Amino acid sequence: MNNHVAIEKSNEISGLQMFAELVTELSSSTKTNDKLQSLVDYFATAPDADKVWVIAIFSGRRPRRAVNSRLMREWCLEIIGIPDWLFTECHSTVGDFSETLALLLSEVEVINRQNENLCFYLEKFIQIEKENESVKKKFIVESWQQMNSKEKFVFNKLITGSFRVGVSQKTIVNALAKTVDLSSSVIAHRISGNWDPTTTSFHELLGESTSLADFSKPYPFYLAYAIDDVVENLGEPDLWQAEWKWDGIRGQMIKRNKELFVWSRGEELMTEKFPEYFILKDLLPDGIVLDGEIIPALDGKPLPFAVLQRRIGRKNISKKQLQEAPICFFAYDLLEYNYEDWREKPLTERRQKLEEIISSFQNKSIQISEKINFNSWDELAALRKTSRDKNSEGIMLKRKHSVYKTGRKRGDWWKWKIDPLTIDCVMVYAAKGSGRRSNLYTDYTFAVKDGEELITFTKAYSGLTDKEFAQIDYFVKRNSIEKFGPVRTVKPELVFEIAFEGIAASNRHKSGVALRFPRMNRWRKDKTVDEINTLDDLKQMLKLYGK
Amino acid sequence: MANLISFTDKGLFCEAGNFYIDPWQPVERALITHAHSDHAKYGNRFYLCHKFAKPILQLRLGHNHYQTVEWNETIFMNGVKVSFHPAGHIIGSSQIRLEYQNEVWVVSGDYKREDDGISGKFEPVKCNVFITESTFGLPIFQWKPQQEIYSDIINWITKNKENGKASILIAYSLGKSQRVLQAIKETTQTIFAHGAIYNMQQTFIDAGWKLNPVVRITPETPKELLKETVVIAPPGAEGTSWMKKFYPYSIGVCSGWMQVRGNARRRNVDAGFALSDHADWNSLITTVKETGAEKVFVTHGFQAAFSRYLNEKNVAISAEVKTQFGDEDEETNSPLEIKNEEAENV
Repeated sequence: MNNHVAIEKSNEISGLQMFAELVTELSSSTKTNDKLQSLVDYFATAPDADKVWVIAIFSGRRPRRAVNSRLMREWCLEIIGIPDWLFTECHSTVGDFSETLALLLSEVEVINRQNENLCFYLEKFIQIEKENESVKKKFIVESWQQMNSKEKFVFNKLITGSFRVGVSQKTIVNALAKTVDLSSSVIAHRISGNWDPTTTSFHELLGESTSLADFSKPYPFYLAYAIDDVVENLGEPDLWQAEWKWDGIRGQMIKRNKELFVWSRGEELMTEKFPEYFILKDLLPDGIVLDGEIIPALDGKPLPFAVLQRRIGRKNISKKQLQEAPICFFAYDLLEYNYEDWREKPLTERRQKLEEIISSFQNKSIQISEKINFNSWDELAALRKTSRDKNSEGIMLKRKHSVYKTGRKRGDWWKWKIDPLTIDCVMVYAAKGSGRRSNLYTDYTFAVKDGEELITFTKAYSGLTDKEFAQIDYFVKRNSIEKFGPVRTVKPELVFEIAFEGIAASNRHKSGVALRFPRMNRWRKDKTVDEINTLDDLKQMLKLYGK
Repeated sequence: MANLISFTDKGLFCEAGNFYIDPWQPVERALITHAHSDHAKYGNRFYLCHKFAKPILQLRLGHNHYQTVEWNETIFMNGVKVSFHPAGHIIGSSQIRLEYQNEVWVVSGDYKREDDGISGKFEPVKCNVFITESTFGLPIFQWKPQQEIYSDIINWITKNKENGKASILIAYSLGKSQRVLQAIKETTQTIFAHGAIYNMQQTFIDAGWKLNPVVRITPETPKELLKETVVIAPPGAEGTSWMKKFYPYSIGVCSGWMQVRGNARRRNVDAGFALSDHADWNSLITTVKETGAEKVFVTHGFQAAFSRYLNEKNVAISAEVKTQFGDEDEETNSPLEIKNEEAENV
């Protein structure tokens, strides 16, 4: 888009409308390149003040919720005059609260169109947060009366929830890199950390300045494929280094120019999320890049991934969390030392230096990821079986003389993961999904047999193809027995193999167990409901693998 | 007195007249509201339908004993007075009115209120008992005027051309395709179509309809000819290797379900146009009121919600009825429908 058109466009349509169009484009395109192009076009034409807010919103810096959704629902019902239960029906079909509101309000006449920018509404949200209900109501209802459907939708979203439009921080950064004259890693650095969209201008945030050189930049990660052959074929065991494969976030820790940067494998800058690491700014030597795993650990022992998940979503981390689930960095590899690129050196040499560095100081926020000593493949296979006890996903095999390559490569590094646990069971309840699965029955509850009874024990949502989901949806719609709100009880007929990573005792579930990462491994069309596993089988697994 | 229509496991049954309406199992005598495959099944001895529906029934079900009527023409079956009235859903779609011993029942079949220029303009029919569809019986479904949607489609096609892309419009071969083709005939000289749609269009043209012909895509159609063109395809073709030929392309789905973002996102389509051949929430309510029916049976769709709403708002005494029509996905591609579409293509 050339500048001439851009100027014309910004005169015609409001900032809110541009943002609404952006969200529509982002959520309807499935290709990263299309999303990137939409963002580039947006950043080229939108008002600067709005751009700051868009960066803020897409990087998790939204204002506090000004109005709760119960009130918004009440006001909507009042305007259109439908009963509350009907709203619930609509919501369960649409699968998204903001969209349900926008669709229900689509007939509300636009009586007083205002061409306000995005920043106007966001600043208004902050203003009214502390006001009483009637002030809030007046603002919300009047705003609805000024907007078209797409605008209503984004307006509701801005108040109530997050935009699930599949835009990563990396995409935002790349789009900005095409708009402003800064490199991606500098932009990533600038938009991370503490800044306030109400007080920061676009120029302050991303103005061209040479003060910051490109020294935060990570190296591309070297990734492994899953081993697809018997390990014996890898050759002599002593050519290989074995390590535990940890279930955290793969990351790079960088210290250059006395500053610390932590990058995730998705190339998101996550330094601010983990205050545990701040001390490493003083402890690590300057000009160093480490590859490792960001993982919660107590006394050097990793904790389950769920603990980390609870941490990532938080903006403010409580003292309790810092005590109960402190984050540690399990270092795997050394990519840069003394500002020198070490990636071409053999693994053994890199590893030796890494051990030297880490052991030169003692801090619980970093440790070396231990090597596994083994003399034969049989011995290693036996050790691999104990992975689950260590909260590990299996074993990593790295050729001792391997260099650190770029991207996913075969040959020198292999993942040797443990097989998931599996159980055969029958689907008994189905509910409609949300987002791209709205109005489609994709969320299932499964049961095992206990004598003549069926006992539910887990839900699962993933693992099937879209085609399989469509077939099951078709079955559910024709074989439902009862309806409880959005949930249908289904004729117990479809058998599935559920795979999961762990099992624990739980008193929240009738079955007495809770599974870690359950998903549908296979639709067992070859099996009938008489052939599924029993509650006793589950209890046996709990005994064997439970923690 | 027994109800004039009872709900049996074979379908809607009129005992007094000894016939069924849109039965889903083979029967002696079937009255057919319209030719969609969930309403017109194979295997009945005798079919009564509107004259415009006959050519399509022949195409889909082969040679059978068909009798046709005009709209508002009266015939008697075992003393039951029967007439067909325009339903506006697709070409030849009708509501069926039954009168017996001073009681009038109307079966809506599927219907829409907006006149699309080819399906006949819907006429509300006064009755005591109304059996209505409810495919889009929730207040989230409120359609934009068709002209607005048509311009959205045309703008989308123009934009695709500018970007060097073909525009693939996904539409049901019977009904939606003819409507979309009418809407976009001005945009481009030649419109290409999948075999299922070509067959349908040709059937109508052969029957005397003044519809624009489409060019059938065959394995021999050269790829260069298809660059930046408009292609109409049935839901079954979406995501199959058949589409490779048109690359680069953009896919737009024409269906009432596209009103909800999730549906468009799930199907990984580039654009969704909420163009429906069913009544939206407000039209359903208007229609129920205009029939003056004191009793309303609600079938296929959001029957529980719509029926409850009619009762609570005292519009009519209403009950939901389970049928084998549509069941929430008349317009989505159920696996069975995909099979039908593909079968037609052979």
